[in-house]
Amino acid sequence: MTRRYSALSLLREGLNGQRGWEPAWRDPTPKAHYDAIVIGGGGHGLATAYYLAKNHGLTNVALIERGWIGGGNTGRNTTIIRSNYFFPESAAFYEFSVQLYEKLTDELNYNIMFSQRGMWTLAHDRHGLEMARRSANAMLLNGIDAEFHDGPSVYANIPGLNPNPRFPILGGVNQPRGGSARHDAVAWGYARAASALGVDIIQNCEVQGFIIEGGQVRGVETSHGTIRSDRIGMAVAGHSSVLAAKAGLRLPISSYALQAFVSEPVKPCLDTVILSPATGTYLSQSDKGELVLGAGLDLYLSYAQRGNLPWMERAAAGVLELFPQFSRMRFLRQWAGIVDVVHDSTPIIGPTSVGGLYINGGWGTGGFKAVPAGGWCLAHVMATGQSHPLASAFGLERFESGAMIDEASASGIAH
Amino acid sequence: MLLIDCPFCGPRAEIEFRCGGESHIQRPGPHTHVSDAEWADYLYYRENPKGEHRERWFHSTGCRRWFNAARDTVTHQFRVTYKMGEACPEAGESAVSETAPSAVAGGIV
Repeated sequence: MTRRYSALSLLREGLNGQRGWEPAWRDPTPKAHYDAIVIGGGGHGLATAYYLAKNHGLTNVALIERGWIGGGNTGRNTTIIRSNYFFPESAAFYEFSVQLYEKLTDELNYNIMFSQRGMWTLAHDRHGLEMARRSANAMLLNGIDAEFHDGPSVYANIPGLNPNPRFPILGGVNQPRGGSARHDAVAWGYARAASALGVDIIQNCEVQGFIIEGGQVRGVETSHGTIRSDRIGMAVAGHSSVLAAKAGLRLPISSYALQAFVSEPVKPCLDTVILSPATGTYLSQSDKGELVLGAGLDLYLSYAQRGNLPWMERAAAGVLELFPQFSRMRFLRQWAGIVDVVHDSTPIIGPTSVGGLYINGGWGTGGFKAVPAGGWCLAHVMATGQSHPLASAFGLERFESGAMIDEASASGIAH
Repeated sequence: MLLIDCPFCGPRAEIEFRCGGESHIQRPGPHTHVSDAEWADYLYYRENPKGEHRERWFHSTGCRRWFNAARDTVTHQFRVTYKMGEACPEAGESAVSETAPSAVAGGIV
């Protein structure tokens, strides 16, 4: 029986014919009542369940997932982790997330393969250069690592860049602690750790409706029957509007498809993450050797989980502008995830107008890097009824008060 | 690639268009009688259906005119496109524009 992963357990099971491994998480039958229910078995939902148990001692918790855990956006993103934001609220929140990621492999006893290979944002014109300087200054003022580099320094740090591009590389900002992690491992690691603390992870269980009495949530109707709880958190980015409508709620969210691609695997040739807003490109190389490319949002509402061809072409053209030598590589896979975009490009974490019903959503194109902090803060508000200080500015009330945190304008993020 | 049936120009490729979001939104008023919640609803809360959506499109590299469409957000099929100011034909009615090849000409090619 091997529950804890280590070099020794690997060796022991190797000698033992790999017969002693246990399932990483239990497969329980749902109970009739829980102290808390988390809807959504992606990164944020799993992290929420884990921190409910670990930080708040709530172990009588159910995590309900319609499909299989990690099968939604957690399995569809491009795995970039960074905290290069502008406003203090965002910077503090995402930086906390990066710091949790740095300790996650040890904490979960699960190798999430967090590789802090740096995250570069390139500038191709005078305005891009000014934005890069401003961004680096804002990050440093927020206590986050940032380096401004001029053009020759960018070339010295990123081998293989096109020496004669149509859009010259005049400079860039690097966040050295940014990087990439194995997205499935993040989901599986949280699931395993939460299950070990007593959380029931219930897969293939669709929430069909909410039980609401006198403005207070009392449970959910599911494909596995009624499950009662007075505390429910939803973390179903992409489908937040659809689920909220079942509770009679309207959200300030629009859902769009965001597509990504990987190339065939090649030997290591790119040791960092690159974002080039002007050429519409971001790419990195996975540990398997695939180039991981992201495109922009298809800017019409979509739940299709399928991107469009014009953006695919634009993303490929952007990569070839930076790295012409990749022109003969083939796309191996293409996919799209549905992202829930809010007007100020800042997440929503907090209570709703239904008592006991809490939301985590509105991540737009960047939810993966926020998984630990998003789960931490949703667990906090579910357990205590009070918003976590890091997420106190991320409530739904900001759309009425006007206290927006407009990161699309401030840090130039893509949504 | 979507084939979008502009009511003025006929079917054209997706890259000629921009989507302008939900259509048929009424500005609340008079402004002295509009609560913060109503303003928030008007400015930031949109229908986000998993199914048919009424939305505005702009033929940005064609006739540069706006029109409305009813499109399914799961299949991306356009049920109908119709001119600004016109009511959306319900399912089963004919297309607004006589010159449009078909009410369901828009689709995925």
